[in-house]
Amino acid sequence: MSTIDYSAELSAAGANVKSRWGAVRFFIWRYPLGAVGAVIMAVFLFAAAFAPYITVYDPLSTNAAASLARPSIQHWLGCDFMGRDLYSRIIYGARISLMVACGSMLLGTTVGITVGLLSGYLLGWFDLITQRFLEMMQALPLLVMAIIMAAALGPSLHNTILAIAFVLVPSVARVIRATTLSLREQPFVEAAKAIGMNERRIMIRHVLPNTLAPFIVLATAQFGATILIEATLSFLGLGVPEPHPSWGRMLSESAAEYVRTAPWLVIFPGAAISFVVFGTNLLGDALRDLLDPRQRS
Amino acid sequence: MVRRFGLMLVTLFGISVIIFVLLRLTPGNIADILFDAGGFVDPADKARIEADLGLDRPIPVQYAVWIGGLLRGDIGFSYQTEKPAIEEIAPRIPITARLAALALTFAVLIGVPLGVLSAVRQDTWLDYTLRVISLSGLAMPAFWLGLLILMAFVAWFGTIPIYSSEPSGFWSSLLMYSVPAAAVGFRSSAFLTRLTRSSMLEVLRQDYIRTARSKGASEMTINYYHALKNAMLPVITVIGLEAGILLGGLIVTETVFNIPGVARFLVEAVRWRDYPMVQNLVMFIAIVVVTINFIVDMLYAYLDPRIKYAD
Repeated sequence: MSTIDYSAELSAAGANVKSRWGAVRFFIWRYPLGAVGAVIMAVFLFAAAFAPYITVYDPLSTNAAASLARPSIQHWLGCDFMGRDLYSRIIYGARISLMVACGSMLLGTTVGITVGLLSGYLLGWFDLITQRFLEMMQALPLLVMAIIMAAALGPSLHNTILAIAFVLVPSVARVIRATTLSLREQPFVEAAKAIGMNERRIMIRHVLPNTLAPFIVLATAQFGATILIEATLSFLGLGVPEPHPSWGRMLSESAAEYVRTAPWLVIFPGAAISFVVFGTNLLGDALRDLLDPRQRS
Repeated sequence: MVRRFGLMLVTLFGISVIIFVLLRLTPGNIADILFDAGGFVDPADKARIEADLGLDRPIPVQYAVWIGGLLRGDIGFSYQTEKPAIEEIAPRIPITARLAALALTFAVLIGVPLGVLSAVRQDTWLDYTLRVISLSGLAMPAFWLGLLILMAFVAWFGTIPIYSSEPSGFWSSLLMYSVPAAAVGFRSSAFLTRLTRSSMLEVLRQDYIRTARSKGASEMTINYYHALKNAMLPVITVIGLEAGILLGGLIVTETVFNIPGVARFLVEAVRWRDYPMVQNLVMFIAIVVVTINFIVDMLYAYLDPRIKYAD
């Protein structure tokens, strides 16, 4: 057996897995909160993908006449100081969030998986050095590390992605390493060795696919975290710069003043961040429950 | 114990190198910023400023100067204000420490009992509600929560709570700190609720709980005396993580509420490329976090007799 049998896991949990729809129905029935999370994620992805089709105004075009306009029929969520339509900016902001989250996850997890797999499989001095190094990186709070990275690289969309990817590496590497450590003692790895398979092939074909379940659990949990870090960096003026409509950035522009004069500029972008992160957390919780039998109640 | 202490020092040394190298990768130093603001660059002036600040020396030398000073207790001058860095940092520490202590108190007082309640009433509407609330607490960015609280103040009192360095008395000062501390603590309490819940669920399935129940102990005794004691062990191990969340919350909350604490100061120093400040602030944070983790490790071995460190 080289991969975990998911349908067996599902039927062990009492699911009808004869059809794909059966599995989906089971998920909704067993994890209603997880299903809500999946719907929220779908809405988020839809907004990011079809932003030009579901908005009327350009998110970047300014209009002095509409400066700080209240929410109305023309501008559903009102306008900011430069008269840019807030609804458009929030919908387009989903693209920025998604881009930063996906970009940094892709980069951070690729490096993290490679380091973790090599570290857990090769052991020896390589493992010792990487573990020490990762420990040092983790000794600093995630946000502090991200702030320093973002500051060192300078504010831009690419650098924000790089900075967040950098802080994701340690946790991914450690989870993958821990899983690899237990997998390398499994009979199927021994069997592969016995038939003379080379180490690299064993690592990629037999060990790597089995780290998928803990990886999915970690990745969903971190998806929300990356969105929050991006928002926080942008809020502090160290993340995605103007003119990109970043949710965090929208709150940084003298938000404390808008609390009095234009509350809609404070409420809606923050609600968008919370809504999406809430969705990923719900989905992540359900997936952890499903894929990690020890957590099941 | 001695070995762990040694490891702690190695970790701190490694962090200092990482931070130092990262900050030197930064494009542009404070001389660039000053001249950018002036819109005019005189190369001779710029070279003089860089020589003054030691920015023209090789990076290993700059590092040695910094660490040498740090070990002697001299942490240099702020580029920004030209005052000794210690004079800038020291008065800000108690402000942040007070906020953090209050926030942590809120988090424990609210988070732990709700976590127990959620676990005991597993899969009831109460459990679901608490889970949704704690999840949304974790989903809300701390700075947004702070802004919402400010907004509530505007709506109800027509004014926003203003930080003043000379509070009139203990109670008004407590009140002044409570509002931002609640904003920080909410997130931490959500985190604690979730941890306590999952840890409690694990413990409640143990044999000794059944024994306690069968000998007729009341539910209250079982939950809060027998179960909670053991359920708190995994919660204690993540106090280091908790400190990280708390600090993240403090950074943005101090910004939102305009509180001159040490956490907001880090962001300001980063913006100004004030190397001595950033380095020392980050080292200070690293020392606090690493020390907390060290104490937690020791505490854990003391609280759980099953764990013994070899040395």
